[in-house]
Amino acid sequence: MHITLKTFAQTREITGEDNITLNLSDNSTIKTVLSQLKTRSDQWALALEGSVLTARNQELCDTETVLSDGDELALFPPVTGG
Amino acid sequence: MFALVQVEDFDQGELYVKLKQSAEEKACGNTGAIVTFTGLVRDFNSAGDIDGIELEHYPGMTEKALMLLVEQAIEHFSLNSAGALHRVGRIYNNEQIVWVGAAAPHRQAAFDAASYLMDMLKQSVPLWKKEFKGDRSEWVAAKASDDKAALKWMHKK
Repeated sequence: MHITLKTFAQTREITGEDNITLNLSDNSTIKTVLSQLKTRSDQWALALEGSVLTARNQELCDTETVLSDGDELALFPPVTGG
Repeated sequence: MFALVQVEDFDQGELYVKLKQSAEEKACGNTGAIVTFTGLVRDFNSAGDIDGIELEHYPGMTEKALMLLVEQAIEHFSLNSAGALHRVGRIYNNEQIVWVGAAAPHRQAAFDAASYLMDMLKQSVPLWKKEFKGDRSEWVAAKASDDKAALKWMHKK
């Protein structure tokens, strides 16, 4: 299955990738995706060292969430609005 | 109720009227209090002077998360209406950055809801600040005090 991965703020700057398509095994969890991304490049390993929030289809979720084909997964640091 | 994300500056008076009208539509004559809050950009951080901030957002999700927060505030504090506006993009020192407003039958709920909106906004709405001075810029780190402020409401409710 395919999902779209988006990144924002420091996660985007460190990885240098803001919108990519990933090919995953069916029923992959976000935790699995994060483990795979850590080995994608040194930049990804660095970006995922700190606290990273996850959103599936534009709603915050935890890393146990199971992904489906066509999902939009977003990774970003803790928010600092206000 | 309303939730807006925009680059342009805003007029507090217009937002107040929008909120008041929305509260009147929901409960005509039953709004006894409107509390509004406006946040501005300070001209310094812990390391010294800055020229302003750059706000990044997640188009689509930021708007949805802000609207969800407004709906939650209305439900938790039995408001007649509420609204929020957050600017994005480059914002210079002393400019307005954020506005929240709450309309309720009594003042305590309106004060509490305005605090709640700001505290929770700093936790759940995808917005990221970068402070800049000249051509240098640095991301703002999330504060533990902001986490505490949000947790306070979670324990209360």
